[in-house]
Amino acid sequence: MSADVVRTPGLQPKKVKRKLKFKQENVAPYVFVLPFIVSFLIFFLYPIISTGIMSFQEILGPEDVKFIGLKNYQNLLNEHFYNALWVTTKYTFWTILVLIPLPILIAVLLNSKMTKGSNFFRSAFFIPALTSVIIAGLFFRLAFGEQETTLLNSILGMFGVPPKVWLQGKNTAMFAMVLLCTWRWLGVNMIYFLSGLQGIPTEQYESASIDGANAWHKFISITVPGLKPVIIYVITISVYGGYSMFAESYTMFAGPRSPGDIGLTLVNYIYQQGFNENNLGAGSAVGITLLGIVMIVNLIQLTLTGFFKKESE
Amino acid sequence: MKNSKMQNILLSTGSYVLLLIVSLFCLAPFFFLLQSSFFPGSEMIRKGITFNVDFSKMNFDNYKLLLEGKDGIYLYWYKNSLIITLLSTVLSLFLTSMVGYGLAVYKFKGRNLLFIIVLIVMMVPVEILILPLYKLSITMKLIDTHWGAILPFVVSPFAIFFFRQYAIGLPKDFLDAGRIDGCTEYGIYFKIMMPLMLPAFGAMTILQAMGSWNSFVWPLIVLRSNEMLTLPIGLQSLITPYGNNYDLLLSGAVMSVIPIILVFIFNQKAFISGLTVGGVKG
Repeated sequence: MSADVVRTPGLQPKKVKRKLKFKQENVAPYVFVLPFIVSFLIFFLYPIISTGIMSFQEILGPEDVKFIGLKNYQNLLNEHFYNALWVTTKYTFWTILVLIPLPILIAVLLNSKMTKGSNFFRSAFFIPALTSVIIAGLFFRLAFGEQETTLLNSILGMFGVPPKVWLQGKNTAMFAMVLLCTWRWLGVNMIYFLSGLQGIPTEQYESASIDGANAWHKFISITVPGLKPVIIYVITISVYGGYSMFAESYTMFAGPRSPGDIGLTLVNYIYQQGFNENNLGAGSAVGITLLGIVMIVNLIQLTLTGFFKKESE
Repeated sequence: MKNSKMQNILLSTGSYVLLLIVSLFCLAPFFFLLQSSFFPGSEMIRKGITFNVDFSKMNFDNYKLLLEGKDGIYLYWYKNSLIITLLSTVLSLFLTSMVGYGLAVYKFKGRNLLFIIVLIVMMVPVEILILPLYKLSITMKLIDTHWGAILPFVVSPFAIFFFRQYAIGLPKDFLDAGRIDGCTEYGIYFKIMMPLMLPAFGAMTILQAMGSWNSFVWPLIVLRSNEMLTLPIGLQSLITPYGNNYDLLLSGAVMSVIPIILVFIFNQKAFISGLTVGGVKG
């Protein structure tokens, strides 16, 4: 008690100083986060609101704007949009079907102590992820060319299959696009799964070995459940990567248009409506629809990972 | 016993075969692009990318074209890519590290809301915003300028998230120590905390520079005139349905990839740590 009294006079000037600093401490955090707030308002919130408004408008020129209610959305019920939705959905489906099991398998192999040269393999698988989409588009466009001599057609030739016109047919073009995506993203997903594998305690495998479990059993009952959070994460990024696919098709078909719309994705459709047809309203309606799809996927992911549970507790 | 030994040998042979096939699939495109870049574009039109090459036609002419072809336009593209990558990386690291640090170290009103907004922005694909951003860029006179390609995405939510995760682990004692020494909050950041975050800067520099060097969708929309294009967009503009530009296209593609592969070979860890921090947090 008495010690407090003795200290009091000494505290007096300090208190004043602390008050000043307190103020600065209050302001500083906002200065630090200011760049994000500014960028968010100008380059995110404003564009989202503006595209939302445009989706209800008919825009014929900078001064010639008319509200037309839901008409842009009703106009989406046409075969081009259905086709774009279908192509995008198929693409997303196939990329997930390939880009989950294959990288998991590779990650498990590379993670095993028995595999030699795993550093080399890891780098080799990752290198495609370093390239711009144009490099991938260029290679796959030329390797899938219609001439008899192209890589793919000569491989077919070895098995006696006649050459194909790859980039003109629905299924063959889809195959080329999915292969392109696999080439670029295999290494990235592998890295995610590798880091997931490192989080699974080795004792689990050891005790399973003692119980006499074989490799397959261990994989199904320890590895897959252990990787569940990573699998959910990768599925999520694949869904919105797939639904927002644009550049892959743009580079492969040398522009937003493809023969018979076989490479027409939803974002391609936005691009066509906005830049080729000059119809910002219709393009915006597609954008808002796509935003809805992506947000639903995110909500599902957050629910599955228990995000909301954690928040409410 | 013998049986299970056989099984093991088969299994490990099988896994090496698989790994080799997949690495061939991953590396072959680089080999074939490099190979094709030594042949005249007319060969490419005739044959596509092929096993069936005619070595007598091999030469370095395509690489000479990089300097002279189409009035040296390729050099403009390279210069634009360098400028945009440099500016956007420096600016992005400076701004996003501050935001990440602010969100991690301070408790203030609205912090959680801001962080949730960062996550939401991270979840919305850029492609959805191309039309309204294009309109906005016209109003802001950003079309066909370097700043137009840089500004809209320079404060990357991913980088903010990365720096925040890193800064959360910083020792808070330094903060109080700095205050007692009479540092301002900004002084504490620039003199004490930022140096502690250097490893995070290393990883992010590489990821941001790579992202910006390879960036495709937004530059495709905002850059309009030929002399303003970046490498990916310039190369893209050479791909036409008539396929008449392969000479410049292939050598140009090769030269655009080489710097990134070199950086990767010397900094593999930084690439990988940049990807995995927080990425897998659900």
